[in-house]
Amino acid sequence: MEYRTISAGTITAAVKRLFLDCNYYIGGDILAALKNAREQEASPVGRSVLGQILENDAIAAEEQIPLCQDTGMAVLFVEYGDKVCVDGDFEEAVTEGVRQAYRDGYLRKSVVSDPVFDRVNTKDNTPAIIHTKIVSGSTIKITAGGKGFGSENMSAIKMLTPSYGAEGVKQFILDTVFAAGPNPCPPIVVGVGIGGTFERAAQLAKKATFRPVDSENPDPRYAEMERELLTQINMMGFGPAGLGGSTTALGVNIETAPTHIAGMPVAVNICCHAARHASTEI
Amino acid sequence: MTKKITLPITDEAIQDLKAGDSVLLTGTILTGRDAAHKRLYELLEQGKELPVDLKGELIYYVGPAPAKPGYAVGPAGPTSSYRMDKYAPALMDLGLKGMIGKGARSQAVIDAIVRNHGVYFAAIGGAAALIAKSIKKEELLCYEDLGTEAVRRYTVEDFPCIVAVDAQGNNVYETEPLKYRKKGLI
Repeated sequence: MEYRTISAGTITAAVKRLFLDCNYYIGGDILAALKNAREQEASPVGRSVLGQILENDAIAAEEQIPLCQDTGMAVLFVEYGDKVCVDGDFEEAVTEGVRQAYRDGYLRKSVVSDPVFDRVNTKDNTPAIIHTKIVSGSTIKITAGGKGFGSENMSAIKMLTPSYGAEGVKQFILDTVFAAGPNPCPPIVVGVGIGGTFERAAQLAKKATFRPVDSENPDPRYAEMERELLTQINMMGFGPAGLGGSTTALGVNIETAPTHIAGMPVAVNICCHAARHASTEI
Repeated sequence: MTKKITLPITDEAIQDLKAGDSVLLTGTILTGRDAAHKRLYELLEQGKELPVDLKGELIYYVGPAPAKPGYAVGPAGPTSSYRMDKYAPALMDLGLKGMIGKGARSQAVIDAIVRNHGVYFAAIGGAAALIAKSIKKEELLCYEDLGTEAVRRYTVEDFPCIVAVDAQGNNVYETEPLKYRKKGLI
């Protein structure tokens, strides 16, 4: 079998570029959704807030500065081709890319070493959260994002059981978004993971926030659920910045996985309007 | 209409502010967030003097990104205020006049705002690059070891925000979403 060798330095450079790009340049899908929301928004304050967010995102891109001061915790989804051989430590190569981006790119270092007792800043925004999946092929595909915690803190997971059905799933998602209210920097992107185990549901929810906001689940039943939830969320009235209005969310993305006969886990990962992610294939 | 306020904010200016007003602040403000608040609060609990005088001040809940060369400050948008709810009433009772942040506050904080004739301003979360344009200078005051969470003094010109809770306790996060909430919500 032929193996393709990729240098650790190539991985590091690619990861660095992804984190600079996603923190300076908002994605085209979000930009289009924000512009559309400004056209549709019922509240004058809401329209003004959306205008300021668009102005902010333009300044960040123009000046190559972070669009939000919370440049997040670094999260990466890696699809690692089984015909690839990295000449070095893959995880260290990724970590070095994160370190260089946050150090050289004037991104905020927001990670503390110990969650409860020490809470001392690691000063380089590492470690990153790296989800690696081995796939067939000879490339490495990386999707990366800086996840801010204003919205992360508003996320929730619940181990629903089968009798809850679709209505129970929707209710939990809506309850979570309603409880978040004005706090997660609306308009938000709602990532939902349904199925799997406790941790798989949470991972799927994060992955769902990285999916373009104008995409839909390939299963028409879940696509319908996404549309219905978006409508319901935008009836809540929180609006841009939570100051009232008809745009509380830009999109709802649902990802699913097979699960146990006894279970129906649902995880809701909320992302702010600065829904930052970028992808590359090496 | 946008109201221009020169800092330090006066009782008369606060009296004139109504929840929902757009405001531009000019003068100096303090910065501080989770870790700094925890330290200040612990000093208060021990009956010790604080390293910074809060009397008559506004505190901005912010942890800025580093400044690029040539910039006075890095991007500096508000962080979620509710995390400071535990500490805010005690600081207001010491003379802090107001806070700038984002998102809802607890009833205890709203009570402290009314009791102390204070104000809570909301800045737009995620508008960090835009907001930083109104911050002209920064000076480190204490807790340098906290990095982005250190307490600083910002000199601001026409810093944009909205009155979220006024001195009468009116709260935009309560009143405004209700105007746009629709029936049929499951």
